[in-house]
Amino acid sequence: MSLENVLIVGAIIFSIGLYGALSKRNAITVLMSIELMFNAVNITAVALSRYVVPAGLAQDPQASTDEIVNFLLTGQIFAVFIITVAAAEVALGLAIVMAVYRNRDSVFVTDVNLMKK
Amino acid sequence: MILGGGVEASLFTDIIFWVIAISSIIAAIAVVQLKDLFRAALFLVVSFLGVAGLFVLLRAEFLAAVQLVIYVGAISVLVIFAVLMTADVEEGNPSHRFRVPVGIIAALFGAVAIFVVVATDWNLLEKSDAINNAAVSRVFENTIPTIASLLMRNFVLAFEIASVVLLAAIIGALALIRER
Repeated sequence: MSLENVLIVGAIIFSIGLYGALSKRNAITVLMSIELMFNAVNITAVALSRYVVPAGLAQDPQASTDEIVNFLLTGQIFAVFIITVAAAEVALGLAIVMAVYRNRDSVFVTDVNLMKK
Repeated sequence: MILGGGVEASLFTDIIFWVIAISSIIAAIAVVQLKDLFRAALFLVVSFLGVAGLFVLLRAEFLAAVQLVIYVGAISVLVIFAVLMTADVEEGNPSHRFRVPVGIIAALFGAVAIFVVVATDWNLLEKSDAINNAAVSRVFENTIPTIASLLMRNFVLAFEIASVVLLAAIIGALALIRER
């Protein structure tokens, strides 16, 4: 288990999510694929914060302990905010899907083409 | 396996890492490939669990717990309810006509990302002599107090804005779903 392995797993899951988000017609599958992509980004952020020397620390190797702590865990803080935004996003996305389903009786993104006509 | 701050490199953690990584990738493929939406949602839960396991291996125990509560607990239930309330069972989970080019684009993206990861010369913590490694180990022994103090001091503005975002999401979801 090294940095490269974790990042490769993240890249593979992100690609799978990208494929699902772009190729599926069902809006719920698109949302699930977007969640997969969020997860891949979280893995990447946490892995980088675990293994890589932060840029601020690389420039200033004699930093105090407090500064080291602040630099090291920024990736995990980033993941916390990504999770927050993902929760808000999926709640709104599913509400939009339900509203579309109620109005147009379909969950397929290809059927929501009001602006094309 | 050394518990505590060090970067583990034992066979045991390697085996666990590969089991979790491969099962979570297979679950992700199942999410986008299965015809049955309900089963796809269940495999999404498996993938979330795998990611939580990876967080534990990366010494982010707080994030693993958050992942379990928010993704496995809340988001998956939301997705499953949405599937149950909107499912067109006989229609399944079809792709549209751009499936093959989109697949090629996604594969290319993955290949480029993996190439970048392998080709980059990472400045690793364990190989860097200038860094105070004792302090690094102490941080990763228990990350929760550090995350709490970072959220409340350095990132307090983002923290408060996140609560506003969640409030906006609640109100927006209620307004969208309301019967007229």
